Amino acid sequence: MTGVGKMEQEHKRSGLMWVDKHRSTNLAKLEVHKALNVRLLNLVRQGDVPHLFFYGPPGAGKRTRVMGVLHELFGASAEKLRVQHRVFKLGDPPKEVEMTLVMSNHHVEMNPSDVGIKDRLVVQEMIKEIASSVPLDAFQTTKKKEQNAAGPEPQGAAAAGANTSNNSAAHKPAFKVLVLHDVDRMSRLAQQALRRTMEKYARTCRIIMLATSASKVIEPLRSRCLGVRVPLPSDTELVQVLRHVANKEGFIVTDSFGAKVVASSGRNMRRALLQLEASKSQNYPFSAEQQVTKADWELACASISDLMLVQQAPRTLLTVRQKLYDLLTHAIPADIIFHAIVANLLRQVDQELAPQLVAHAAMYEHRMQKGSKPILHLEAFCARFMQLYKAYLSAIMDLF
Amino acid sequence: MVGNDMMPWSEKYRPQKVAQVAHQDEVVRMLSSALDDGQGNLPHLLFYGPPGTGKTSTALALCRQMFGAQHFKARVLELNASDERGIKVVRDRIKTFAQTSVPEGRITNKETGRAVPAFKIIILDEADAITTDAQTALRRTMETFSLTTRFILICNYISRIIAPLASRCAKCRFMPLPMSAMRAHLSHIASGEGLSISTQLLDHMCEASEGDMRRAITTLQSTSRMAGPGGDMDDEALVTAACLVPESVLDDFEAAVLGSCSFKDMSLVLTNIVDDGYSVSQLILQFGRRIQENTRASIAGLSDLQKSAVVLKLAEAEAQMIDGADEWLQLQDIGGRLRETVQCATNQGSLRHTIQSV
Repeated sequence: MTGVGKMEQEHKRSGLMWVDKHRSTNLAKLEVHKALNVRLLNLVRQGDVPHLFFYGPPGAGKRTRVMGVLHELFGASAEKLRVQHRVFKLGDPPKEVEMTLVMSNHHVEMNPSDVGIKDRLVVQEMIKEIASSVPLDAFQTTKKKEQNAAGPEPQGAAAAGANTSNNSAAHKPAFKVLVLHDVDRMSRLAQQALRRTMEKYARTCRIIMLATSASKVIEPLRSRCLGVRVPLPSDTELVQVLRHVANKEGFIVTDSFGAKVVASSGRNMRRALLQLEASKSQNYPFSAEQQVTKADWELACASISDLMLVQQAPRTLLTVRQKLYDLLTHAIPADIIFHAIVANLLRQVDQELAPQLVAHAAMYEHRMQKGSKPILHLEAFCARFMQLYKAYLSAIMDLF
Repeated sequence: MVGNDMMPWSEKYRPQKVAQVAHQDEVVRMLSSALDDGQGNLPHLLFYGPPGTGKTSTALALCRQMFGAQHFKARVLELNASDERGIKVVRDRIKTFAQTSVPEGRITNKETGRAVPAFKIIILDEADAITTDAQTALRRTMETFSLTTRFILICNYISRIIAPLASRCAKCRFMPLPMSAMRAHLSHIASGEGLSISTQLLDHMCEASEGDMRRAITTLQSTSRMAGPGGDMDDEALVTAACLVPESVLDDFEAAVLGSCSFKDMSLVLTNIVDDGYSVSQLILQFGRRIQENTRASIAGLSDLQKSAVVLKLAEAEAQMIDGADEWLQLQDIGGRLRETVQCATNQGSLRHTIQSV
């Protein structure tokens, strides 16, 4: 890359948050999950990839790895992204569907679950059309390949990661890639609709699916893909990355503060970096007693569980309801709220109560997923927990 | 066009002839006789069975052999769940295709030299995803045009096909493939791709795919790709490629939920399992199998009643996760319940009550 280009890119990146700014798309250089990265590199350097299925908790680095794979396959041009927000008319009778597509010349990224139950139409029409059309440069590439066929295969593909962008651009694969986010949130029918499409058009299109939980993706889809599990980074890896980022930004993370960030982030890389950035802008150099700055919604969830532990009364429920509504109107997904509240409670209640707490939480969360109004089930859980807790407390009092 | 080397192996090695379909002897015998007959004595067919047993392959191979590449396009309509299949499509697209007549007189299939039978075939793949309304609309269509059109319905669950449709078809059941058939096919592919693979790993691969040939082939391809050219394929690569939960993680899980550690410690172990991205439903599946095998000390020590309570809870959690419930919460709940079950070994009465109340 020329000096000017590099500067331009740096300039473009300077306005970004650290999470995006320091995201590397070079698989060989990524610091977390090195063994996994090597596996992926092996896979891609053979010039052909099967359909891939990345699964793992949020903040583990799934998308980063997908970007790395794309970079390795298509070279730097896979990073020239454009965003399209379009209204499509799908189905018969036509229904309007709003979709945001992120694409480069070689791949299209989308999140079919965004459109709710209409995601089936997206799969049946849009994805099928994208998958079935042959990429424009496929013909050219095969021609080139035929020319190469006389001599030995170019050895460049096996060369070190540093100059891959050049040689992988030289023989780009003759398929395009479709990246589907949140496959686990897609409806059953939409997942079904993907089955044959994945097989039929495998020549022209590879599908990369991303999901938080593999359990929610139907078995026929999973069995068509190579599954790639992306775990959350370990504590030591996380500290390393924090140090690395701090180094680049020109400041120092003390050991104790790094440990605090790691603990409060729950091994989630994205959250850790956001918290680090927020904490740095609040107070730097870090003082010994400084708390990690958390996002507002995390604080709100924490305050809900604290309220419930302090007083178990109808009035608390009213306050809690207000806070829950606040969270939901700020578009925090209900399952994340639920998770955060339960995790907070679990940390604070006694051993004897914990099994009951999780049993009820699991029940209400399940109902929430089946039902349509999350607020009802969140509230029901809160009320139920307060009842449980009060009964437990009075039982203890009776003992004395 | 793009060469065959770019294809997933499950497509590349799809059987091209009915006779090549592995293990489904009864079905193959029946279809081969229909093929040899040449008169087109073919009823409507209903293929059912678990995924990866060769249903779609058989249907496609049958059509290909009957019509040859030349007539395939004109005579076969393949509709699967990726196509809109509401009642409107049944009325329009299927009916229109069924109505068109086939050319009269003898047409020979150049590839086999036999006469091409005088009908068309409509393959409805993944038929269990067709709405009940649309299935009802199909009933009459199937009968009215049976002179010129045959249907092949393919589904995983025969119970999702309405009875009037099922009774119009000859039913062919596809069985999960036994180890021997899988092993034979996998080693055939491995030698075709020039892979060296130990028999032990091959066995593990077949075991992990539970009679699903496609899954076995995908696993084979993924494992070899993951290992890199000339790299060693080992169990570790297999576990990763097949999305299994490694035995060591299962051991941790078992120790945590059946052992005597505190709830907090158990909770931590479970949280780590979820954070490491393991699929909880896969974990449940493999743990359930451990209980079935009953060889490990901590499991064999449980009473039958306790074991049933454990399995019951696993099943319940699995069902709730299919509904979309949170994996972490469900796993914690499993942990809590299993601990309780193990620790109230003396209290048989309450256990029996729990089981009966479900």
